[in-house]
Amino acid sequence: MKTILKSTIFAICATVCLTGTAVADGHLEKAASARKAVMQLYSFNLGQLGAMAKGAVEYNSETASAAANNLLALVSMNQGPLWPQGSDYVSLGHEAGAMPEIWSTYPAITEKSKALMVGATNMAKVAGMDLASLQGAMGGVGGACGGCHKVFRKKK
Amino acid sequence: MKMFKKLAEFLLPAIALGGVVFWYLTAPEYVSDDLLAGMENGDAIAGETIFWAGGCASCHGPTGKKAAGAAENKSAQFVLGGGHGLNTPFGTFYVPNISSDPKHGIGSWTGKQFANAMLKGVSPDGSHYYPAFPYTSYAKMDVKDVADLWAFMKELPAAANSNKSHDIWLPFKLRRGLGLWKMLYLNNDRMVEFENPDEKLARGQYLVESVAHCGECHTPRNIIGGFDKKRWLAGGPSPDGDGNIPNITPHDSGLGNWSLNDIVYSLESGFTPEFDSFGGSMTDVQQNMAKLSASDREAIGIYLKAVLPVASKPK
Repeated sequence: MKTILKSTIFAICATVCLTGTAVADGHLEKAASARKAVMQLYSFNLGQLGAMAKGAVEYNSETASAAANNLLALVSMNQGPLWPQGSDYVSLGHEAGAMPEIWSTYPAITEKSKALMVGATNMAKVAGMDLASLQGAMGGVGGACGGCHKVFRKKK
Repeated sequence: MKMFKKLAEFLLPAIALGGVVFWYLTAPEYVSDDLLAGMENGDAIAGETIFWAGGCASCHGPTGKKAAGAAENKSAQFVLGGGHGLNTPFGTFYVPNISSDPKHGIGSWTGKQFANAMLKGVSPDGSHYYPAFPYTSYAKMDVKDVADLWAFMKELPAAANSNKSHDIWLPFKLRRGLGLWKMLYLNNDRMVEFENPDEKLARGQYLVESVAHCGECHTPRNIIGGFDKKRWLAGGPSPDGDGNIPNITPHDSGLGNWSLNDIVYSLESGFTPEFDSFGGSMTDVQQNMAKLSASDREAIGIYLKAVLPVASKPK
């Protein structure tokens, strides 16, 4: 009985100690929610471009350029601090959608972010030209988003 | 002792008879030769469309390191060496090499053998394929499309690699028994009956139910691995135990809030109406769909809007 009690107490202590850091300052959760905010900004700007691309709203060269430049600015940020080790969904539970493989297979993910940079750069170059160019550039960005989500985002 | 003898006299013939019946019922079925007369005269250019619609490369294409970037690199996807492991409740299936290599792939096959694999799930040596190879969907394909696909696949590069054998539970290792399963699930029946479908809807039905085999993932299965027909395309827990497969019926818990244009555009671009992107296996499927004609993507959307709405089960 005593042994069981002892090991239970030990287990509780160990759990508290191990998770203590994260709970105490919450920096991992903060990073995960900051990432989400960036993703939302991607999505907002892509939504502006996509609405034109799919014909839901009329094409406007200025709106398209602005959204594409915003997207490129977001993609160009140094996102290193947003992705600290331990901020995967296994460690953080449902707070995060990031797979631990992001860190265990590093630097594989950098190839994915390069693809996004290529897609966003191209979009910024052509979005203001005309609708057909914008439409043509959507696939490159979509492919880059999906390319990373396919392997590095937790399945929904 | 007498009793035992009597029992044996009765039991042994019964077992033997049972064995004969089993052997008879589970025998492989073949497509009649008349139907396959054109198998060696397919059109390779038309076959490429079938190749992308069928998503051949998503399973049989490059694996591991070679797969990095393959979805975006068209020619890399033409190397069909297989090797990828599919986790299922029955064990792990390793995808075979279907490249044009005569030794490791299917380069030495005839068109008729290819057609029987696609339409009847039977290998050239007369054994049943496991339905991890989605032949119950392909069984509904037009023979002409199978011939075109064959013409296209013969032109693809050879991959000289052999792959692991399937790692599945013992009772399922006896392929002969699959003949019984096929009696239940291998047929030409449509999953949905439409009264006078127009050309677009009929095309969408053909693509979704047969060539693109969407139901293979998006429809839940019963305990022996057959479709739960009442929940056609209604999604559910992923069979590999990781995540959920979306409901793509027009129910509110499925694609109910997606317009036809939303569906069609998502297949073209990979973006959902909220401008999130597809993830998981759907990213490869979408890359395949993006290579179809706009009219085929529209047909798929029209069909998905026309099927019966089914509510998702609570997770």
